[in-house]
This record gives sequence, C-alpha cells and structure tokens, in this order.
Amino acid sequence: MNDIVGETGPRTLDRANQRDSATTSHADLRASISPRGPLQKRTPTPIWHRIAEKMIAATSVAAVLAIALIFVFIGREALPLLWDHLGMNLRDMIFPRQWTGYDSAVYIWQPVGTPEKFNAMPLFIGSLKVTLLTMVWSIPIAIGAATFVSQYAAKRVRDIVKPAIEMLAGIPSVVLGFFALMVLATWLQDTFGFAYRLNAIVSAIALSLTVIPIIFTITEDALHAVPKSMREASLALGARHWQTTLYVVLPAALPGIAAAVILGFGRAIGETMVVLMASGNAAIMEPLNPATSVRTVTATIAAELGEVAQGDTHWRVLFMLGVVLFLITFVLNRLGARVITRLHKKLTAS
Amino acid sequence: MKFVARDWILAGLTGAAALIVLFLLAFILGQIVWNGAPAITGTFLTASPSADMTGGGIGPAIFGTALLTLLMTVAVVPVGVATAVYLSEYASPRSKLAGLVRAAVQNLAGVPSIVFGLFGLGFFVLFIGRNIDRVIGNDRPVWGQPAILWSALTLAILTLPVVIVTTEEALRNVPRDLREASLALGATRFQTILKVVLPNATGGILTGVILAVSRGAGEVAPIIFTGAANFLPYLPTDLRDMYMHLGYHVYALATQSPNVDAARPMLFGTVLVLITLTFSLNLIAVVIRNRTRKSYAQ
Amino acid sequence: MLSSRLNVRLLPSVFALFTMACSGGHRNDQAPAPSASGESPSAPAAPSRMLTLKDSDTMVILAQRFAEAYMRTHPGTTIQVSGGGSGVGIAALLNGTTDIANSSRPMKDEEKARLRETRHQEVAETRVALDALAVYVHSANPVQQLTLEQLSQIYTGRVSNWRDVGGPDMPIVLYSRENNSGTYAFFKEHVLRTADFAANAQTLPGTAAVINAVSRDRGGIGYGGIAYGEGIRHVKLAGADGQAIEPSLENATSGRYPLSRFLLMYTAGNPSALAADFLRWVGGVDAQRLVEVVGYYPLPGVLPPSAGTTPTPPPAVAPSAAPAAPAAPPQ
Repeated sequence: MNDIVGETGPRTLDRANQRDSATTSHADLRASISPRGPLQKRTPTPIWHRIAEKMIAATSVAAVLAIALIFVFIGREALPLLWDHLGMNLRDMIFPRQWTGYDSAVYIWQPVGTPEKFNAMPLFIGSLKVTLLTMVWSIPIAIGAATFVSQYAAKRVRDIVKPAIEMLAGIPSVVLGFFALMVLATWLQDTFGFAYRLNAIVSAIALSLTVIPIIFTITEDALHAVPKSMREASLALGARHWQTTLYVVLPAALPGIAAAVILGFGRAIGETMVVLMASGNAAIMEPLNPATSVRTVTATIAAELGEVAQGDTHWRVLFMLGVVLFLITFVLNRLGARVITRLHKKLTAS
Repeated sequence: MKFVARDWILAGLTGAAALIVLFLLAFILGQIVWNGAPAITGTFLTASPSADMTGGGIGPAIFGTALLTLLMTVAVVPVGVATAVYLSEYASPRSKLAGLVRAAVQNLAGVPSIVFGLFGLGFFVLFIGRNIDRVIGNDRPVWGQPAILWSALTLAILTLPVVIVTTEEALRNVPRDLREASLALGATRFQTILKVVLPNATGGILTGVILAVSRGAGEVAPIIFTGAANFLPYLPTDLRDMYMHLGYHVYALATQSPNVDAARPMLFGTVLVLITLTFSLNLIAVVIRNRTRKSYAQ
Repeated sequence: MLSSRLNVRLLPSVFALFTMACSGGHRNDQAPAPSASGESPSAPAAPSRMLTLKDSDTMVILAQRFAEAYMRTHPGTTIQVSGGGSGVGIAALLNGTTDIANSSRPMKDEEKARLRETRHQEVAETRVALDALAVYVHSANPVQQLTLEQLSQIYTGRVSNWRDVGGPDMPIVLYSRENNSGTYAFFKEHVLRTADFAANAQTLPGTAAVINAVSRDRGGIGYGGIAYGEGIRHVKLAGADGQAIEPSLENATSGRYPLSRFLLMYTAGNPSALAADFLRWVGGVDAQRLVEVVGYYPLPGVLPPSAGTTPTPPPAVAPSAAPAAPAAPPQ
C-alpha cells in the first residue's frame, strides 16, 4: 500500500471528497480513467485477476442464495403437510373445532396426545400480543430518545447517550430472557400483583430492550437526515423550537420513523429466547388481557422441535410455523426498506 | 432563540425517554455485575461444570463459544468481504444483480433467529450432512447430526449481513482519489482493490467482523438444534463434535438446574462472562470505527 | 468408513495445539475401534470409544453424573450428553442420531414398530433408576394432600380455586412442562387420563423452571421429579384407595405412591461394546449410588440395605409392580 499511497496517505484528504465517494459507486471509475490513456503503457491483466474477479461476482450471490435456500429447505420439511396430511385436517390449524370432551368449539394447541391438536391461532395471537405490547411501550421511548439526542442534547450528552442505547443492541437476547425470568418478573408481580408471574407484560418489557435500539437508531438517522435548512427556515419564520421539532422535523422524518417501527415490529415478532424464558408459554386465546401468559410461535418452535421425530405431523407443523414466520418478516422487511428508500428520495429532492 | 415553557416540556419528555433507557441498561448491567462478579474466579473460568450444574466452572462453554465464533468468522469473512467488494467496486449503481443482492442482505438481516435454527437443521444437518453420510457409506449418521460445524455455518449466514454492510461502508469511505491514483499509475482494477482499497478499509472491515462475532457469540436460538450440548466435560476437537456454549448454558442453567438457588451465582457469573465478551467486542468495534473515521476526517 | 472421522483435520493447527494445551488431549479419536470386528455388521460405525446419550430433561442431570463418573473410571472413553433442546431421547433413537436414548417414559409400540420398519432394529430397554413424580405447591400453601381425581380436575381446568380442594380462597396457577418431555406425557397419561391440559397451564422448559415458578407463586402448583424438588413443598397423593401417600423410596418401590415410574435407557440394534459396558455399569453399585446422590431412587436390590437412605429392605417383588412399568399405554 505504501509504495502507491506513500506519505500522502488518507489523512490529507478532505471531507468533501469522502462524502462524494460515499454516495457514488466506484464502478464508474473505469469510464473516467482509462487504463489505456496516453500517459502509460497498459499493464496486462494476469489471468488469475480475471478469475478472482469472476469469483467475487459469483460469491456476491451468496446472500440471495441464502434467502432462497432458507425458503426451500424450511419449505421442504413443511410443505408435504399440504398434500400428505398424516391424518390431520388442515382446517383445524386455523379454525376452532369441538373436540370430544369439550363443550364448544375451541382453538387449542395440544400437539401431544390423541388426537393431536394443532391449532396455531393461540400461538399467532400470542406472538401478536407480545409484539404489540412491546411496540406500545418501545415506540414512544425510542422516538422520544431519538428526538432528544438529535434535537436537544449537547454534544457531550449525545456522545454518551447514543452509544449507550446502541450498546443495548449488543446484549444477547438470552441474557434479557434470563433477566426477565429471574429479576423483572418477580419485581413486577410484587409491584403490580399480577396473577401470572410470567406474562406478556414481562416479556414485552424485556423484548423492548431489543427493539428500542433498532427504532432509536433508524429514527435518529432519519431525524439527522432532515436538512438543516428546513429547521432554520421554520425558526426564521418565527416558529418556536418545540413547534419546529413537532411540526417540521418530525413530520419530515416520518417515513423513516415508520420504517423504524416496521423493522422493530419484525424484530419483536421473531425474537425467541426472551419469550421462551419469560412469557409462561401457555397457549391461550386471550388477546385483550395483557397480564396473562402467552405462547408465541417462536417459543413453540424452540421448545418443541428438539424432541419431535423427523417427518412426524408435529415436525411438519413446526416447520410450517417457521415458514409463516419467515414470510411475515420477509414482507415487513421489504416494506421497511421501501419506506426508507422513499424517504431518502423525498429528502434529497427537497 | 429562547426556550419557552413548552420547549422545556418537550425537551424534558424526550430526555426522560432517553433516561428510562439508560436507567434500564444501568439496572441490568448493575444487577449482573453485582451478582455475577463474586462468582468469577480462575477455577470458574477454566473448570468443567460439575454434573449437577450447581458447581464447577464454565471452561468448556467459553472454549466452545470461542471455537464456534472462530469457525463462523472463517466462513463468513471471505464471503462477506467479496460481496461487499462486488457491491462497492464492481456493480454499477443501476445493476439489477446488485439491487437483488442488497435486497437479499436486508431481508437476511431481518430473518428471525429461530428460522435460522430451522434452516440449519433442515439444510446443513439433514440435507448436507445426511448426504455426506450417504456418499461415504455410513450406515449411521456421522455428519448428519448436530455438530459445531453446522452451528458455525448457520451463524455465518446469520451474520453475513453485518459483515457485508459494514465492509461496504468501509470500502465506500476509501477516498476516490486513492483509486484514481492507483489506476493512473497503471495498476489493474483488481490490483487496486487488493493493494489500495482493501488495506485502506481494514479498520472498517475489522469493525464489521467484530460486530459479527459479537452478534454470533450471543445468539442461542440458531444453535439449539444444530449442535449445542447441555453438558460436555471435554472440549470439542473435531468439526463433528457437539459443544457447550455460554448463551445456551445460561438457558440451561436458568431452566434445568436442580436447585435454582444453588445455581444462581453460577448463572449470574456465566451471564457476566457472556455479556463482558459481547460488550468488549462491541466496544472495540466502536473504537476502531471512530479511529478510522477520524483518520479520514483530519 | 471407520477412518472418515480421522480425515477431518480442518481446524488450524494452532487451534489444535491450543486445544491440546487446554484439555490435555483427552479425546481419543485415533484409537481404532476394537469392537467393530467382534460385533455384527450392524454395529455402529462411529468410533467405539465415544458414546452419545440423548436425554429427557428429567434425566439430564443423572446422565451427566453418570458420564462424569464413567469417564473418570474408564479413561479414554468419551460420553456426550445432550438434552433439553437438542434432539432428545426416543426421537433421536428413531432418527439414528444417538447410541443411547434416555427416557422417562416407556417407548410406545408404534415407536418400536417404526424403528423396526425404518432401521430394521429391535429395541433393548435398561432400567436405570426409580423416580416418583412429585406435585409441588408453594411452601405457604396449607393444602397437604390431593387425590388423583382432584389433581386431574385442577390440571384440566375444572377446578380453578384452592378453596375447592380444601385450601384458602385463592386462584390456582398451573405450571406444567413442555409437551415434549417424558414428564408431561407421564402426567397426561396417569393423572389426566389422556385428557388435555387446561389451556392456561403455563408450560416451562425445564422442571427447574417449574420449581422456581412455584416457589415464587403462592397459588402455584407444579409437577416434576423429586430430584428437582428443593425449595417448595410436596403434596401427598391419594390414589384409588383414598390413602394419601408421601413420595418416598419406600412408597415408590412398593408401588403405593400412585405416580412412580422407572427411568429408562434404550438402545437400538446391537449396542457397541462401549454402550453395552456402560449399560452394565449403570445397573451396578457405583452408578446406583449416584442415582441416590442426584435424588432419584436406586433400582431395588442393587445397593446393600445399610447404604440406603432408608432402612427399609428393598422389596423382593419385581419392580414391575410400579404403575409406570406397563409398557404400552392405552391409545
């Protein structure tokens, strides 16, 4: 490196250059500087360079391949269920049924026993319940904190708060689950007198610690990307600081905030260890009571798959849950990405 | 402009939100350090756990986690860096393929970790592993069962987006002038990437790798079905061995120890070690990132 | 085929060195399989000095103790125990990923048939220990005893207040085990008579988690092995004859306690020499003492009476007197 870059090194380069290079691809370099220019002889490209370049291009497909393989190989275990029901009625996975010994039609997840009952509704209700609770509590906090950091905090404060919140993202979820199980659950029950020690609220609070950093980071980026001129124009027109923040900056960043919420939602619904350890895992259909225990899709897969014989109905149903989960998060991610792209277009256009 | 009352209210509310998060972070860390620190001794860090999981140490779990993340890194870095090089150096901004790759990376980042676990089991263990067995002629699964290799590959796919995104950013931050200078001196494009762009982006790439390691070291859901064991008194020395893992050990201790109160110090100790590991990795990544950013900024 | 395991030296040599330094190189992959020659062709092809045990949660601790002790007295062998989330017991045996499957419930006929069908192997069963399933309540709960019928009503949700079973006016909070555990299956079969658990029963991923929960929940009730029963109180159970029985060695071996069972190990086909030796060892005095240490009851007749925790001589009756022994559960 030194023989080419020499003493000049990267240190002498100015910021403008850096910004410029950050926003454009370097792929157009070949066009701007022809190696066949008049100044020098062209170095012949060794054959292995070409091979290496081909390999790089080929390797870059890995991520696409990974997504495809995930879908194919989870589907491979799950989809046979659609044509080979193994004695199970697919309707019973979604709709309630009056089983012998029950007074009415019920949604019930009891995969062990005869007959096996695989109604997935309580699981999805459980996942949604925990996720929504998490969002209700995470959204205001994360957006508030992001607003504070980008609009009010002095640089010294910002330099502490921002990395600290980002540090939260570095806590492994099993640690959060452990914390919720051992400390938070007891404390909350003692304080609020919940009938169930492990419940949706406990999991939601622990889950929010994984979601808040995501919403915070994306929101903060979005707020940061709002052009200074918009703020200044508002202030110059006589708007108060709070008016500018609430009616100019936040609305301008709204698509980014929406994307943050969508991606946070995707993260919360896919989180496993926290809910496995701290939600009580009872598969009940009580979507409206937040203080009852829940069983989520993710926790169900994690808890049950290890001990199911391969190819069983139960095995296929669990993989099927995985397929649905994968599709849900896939759609949420595409949605989030699209919203962010739109925001960037909007802000760079204005 | 002077702050009026409503300004103070808004600042106060948003500040309170930030404070709540900071408080929660401090509370969790405080609890873990306070309860976990007394358990940390030399023996605890090196010894095998006693069989009833209330005594002994977590040596095999530390080793297993380290080996797992090492294998994962070996697998993920070449692929991740190559993809980033392609995206940043070769693909034109309007390239369809690049757009597809970017979308895939974004999606991959959002796939739930338990789905990776299902995938690792369905693809690596049951498809790749079983087929290796079939080809070799084992009448009993040798490759086709949970093992550290399969866990590492599963985690490599999980952390691929982290490496790609950070590396691409690092490559983009290498000033255009350097490339131009190199090309103008007659270097081929590949030479330029190899000798100029990558060395100048080392800091950023390293950041990505460290962040990936930190993420990979803490994930439990993907390894439950692909190779983590409850108890192994020896260290894994073969790619087809199962292994102990800090995160999985936390889960096992918290839910399966025979005496919850006796296991408590060990549990907090294990959590402290795990969180120290991931945090120090994150911290190193932040420091490196700030340094490399500064070096261009001056 | 046998050497396929040796060919893998993909780890960087640095790491191999580090491993040796740390572990003293106690794995022994290089040893040729001494057993393979003597065994029938269907003997496992894996290195003979390595044994994999897959577990029901109930037996994880016990199996780990066994592994630890056996490896200490049989240097050069490696016993790998996995349990909880990583493919357990009978399912692993069916899938062919374990040498020995530990189970706290007897294998079903259909499972045996399946093994015969897919792998052409017969199952061999070894009794390891005797376990009594205890029912726990919070230590402040005044309820001392329950009948099996009451227990069934509680867990199916037909009784939801302690008042109805002689306790204070307090809602009952149900704690159960994950539906993949042998404990769950046993309880469902012998207490609920295959009826479904109430939907609001919280299922926890380990018996320890159940105990932890019950010990913090005044209205809580849970069930699990006695091995796990510290910090909470056991309830006496009454079977058909109406007599409330304490879970104890005496009552478990005599079959008077209504919820006792044998913990079992299963092998498929011809076990390797190591597996056979290990199973022999498990039935011996050393292993049975460990059974006691862990908190289960040793197999009747193995330990000398004086060494036991109770002075009662082990009954001469065949252990099948215990209700857990009948193999095929009614479907």
